[in-house]
Amino acid sequence: MKTTPIIETFHLTKIYKTELVETVALSDISFTISKGEFVAIMGPSGSGKSTLMHIIGALDKPTSGQYLLDGIDVGKLSDDELADIRNQKIGFIFQAFNLLPRTTTLANVMLPMSYAGVPKQQREERAKKYLEMVGLKDRMYHTSNQISGGQQQRVAIARALVMNPSILLADEPTGNIATTQAEEIMAIFTKLNKEGHTIVMITHEPDIAKHAKRIIHIRDGKII
Amino acid sequence: MSYIELIIESLGTLKLNKMRTFLAILGIVIGIGSVIALLSLGQATQAMISSQIESLGSNLLTVNPGSTRQGNVAGGAGSKTTLTLDDAAAISGSTQITTIAKVSPELSRRTQVTTGGSNTNTQIVGVTADYLDVHKIGIATGNFITDRDVTQMTKVAVIGPQVATDLFGVGSTPVGQTIRISGKTFTIIGITESKGGTGFMNQDDIIFVPLTTAQKQLFGVTYLSSIALEAKNADLMTSAQDEVGYFLLTRHKISDPAQADFSIFSQADILNTATSATGTFTALLSGIAAISLLVGGIGIMNIMLVTVTERTREIGLRKALGAKKKVIITQFLIESIILTFTGGVIGILFGLIVSFIISKLINAPFIISPSSMLLAFAVSTGIGILFGWYPAKKASDLQPIEALRYE
Repeated sequence: MKTTPIIETFHLTKIYKTELVETVALSDISFTISKGEFVAIMGPSGSGKSTLMHIIGALDKPTSGQYLLDGIDVGKLSDDELADIRNQKIGFIFQAFNLLPRTTTLANVMLPMSYAGVPKQQREERAKKYLEMVGLKDRMYHTSNQISGGQQQRVAIARALVMNPSILLADEPTGNIATTQAEEIMAIFTKLNKEGHTIVMITHEPDIAKHAKRIIHIRDGKII
Repeated sequence: MSYIELIIESLGTLKLNKMRTFLAILGIVIGIGSVIALLSLGQATQAMISSQIESLGSNLLTVNPGSTRQGNVAGGAGSKTTLTLDDAAAISGSTQITTIAKVSPELSRRTQVTTGGSNTNTQIVGVTADYLDVHKIGIATGNFITDRDVTQMTKVAVIGPQVATDLFGVGSTPVGQTIRISGKTFTIIGITESKGGTGFMNQDDIIFVPLTTAQKQLFGVTYLSSIALEAKNADLMTSAQDEVGYFLLTRHKISDPAQADFSIFSQADILNTATSATGTFTALLSGIAAISLLVGGIGIMNIMLVTVTERTREIGLRKALGAKKKVIITQFLIESIILTFTGGVIGILFGLIVSFIISKLINAPFIISPSSMLLAFAVSTGIGILFGWYPAKKASDLQPIEALRYE
């Protein structure tokens, strides 16, 4: 299997400073994830896995170290360039779904496209297509608080996919939903991976992690 | 995202979050409305006070005779008998005097007045027809004293409403009836309108008779107690005072103004006092306006700060999905503008309605001041937009994950 690296990190560290204490969340993290991989990052809570995920997702900046996404040095980008990276290269799925409240699922999925300047007509078509793909064709005009947790997470997946990103990042995607629905989510991930999507997922549940092809273990901010 | 799209998006967000939108608009409505109502009421009260002062006659000059002097003992002002009807006629007939419109010679005394069973002690004023205009007296019933009454020395009287009440009972209109002043019978030909005032200033407790009748038949004198002059307009008061002063000095053959046997008292002096009083009132009003603007502004600031800060997570999410800072700030600015303008317009209407109702209740004029309305609107919308923009800017400066974690 030919391997094109999509994520490369070199000596990433993240230190949180308060007035009294310095907390090292990540220390010297270097790893590579290649195109088409399905990777699970595992570790106990407080291990730094979420921090790592946020840095990979360009939602946060490392204290030091280098991070290449698709060959682009993310650390050197301006705020606006980072916004474009988040918009076009990364699909982020949150544990808490993070849908806009009181807003229809369709409008939620269309949101990233409006920031990308996709024409309105096309936005709706594409959003409908992805909502259908995650099995929510009949929930398009429901607002996010009218549907179940599993359904909300599927809306979030559709939203993450709609810009056709280089990589899907999922932070404990099944952490807030019932087990049966969790399986449905994992089935979608497996299917997406088979279609060629690169997926990086955080979890602390071995049952969930087993769906991934590779597992990276983190403890106390270090890869083990 | 184009501006039109952003406006549509903002309107959508405002519509989806009805409660939040309603509360924000309510805050702005109360803020602007109360400022406008307070300002408008304050101005109405001020207008009411100044119109009451104006009604005393703003163009009025009074010439009083000087005080008598025996040795080093000075008598009261006006105790001299140096002013005569000829002086008054000379002033009104002179070509040298250009600033005076009307001249009203007056003789005033307090005396006992009786009718049938009742009596009262009141001010008797001998007047000519011009008194009416110079002192801005209105006639409620009947007529005022005419020049013919003065030349023919008729025994007619015009009484104030207080006298009518004292002598004839509440609500009476005793035109045509008679009263006795110093033992002489006078026919009542008119009743003046109520002017208000209390004590010595009570302009309703007064009886007017023809000047000549007062001089010859009632009091047996030839002098006047004062001459009231009406200047052509309020700006001419000072020059009118100088002109008349010089004229009378010449006429009375007095070369040293310090020795003048008369004094000229200007209504402007009263007006100055009154103006400084209304000035204090204006300052008070400005203070109230400033405080209500401040209070309204803080209210608006609070509601905007709270509603926008509460959306820090939403801003984090939008950033995570690829929104640029400028897009987020623009969206929140548009939302603030829509909110503050809607609230502002409703607030102005609300303020006007409230001040209209209150002005009707307290019987004050309803005054709309566009400048204060503009001020209230500008300050409130300015604050609304500033504090809609500021937390949005602060939130969009955060890393997306920090904004998302915001509690």
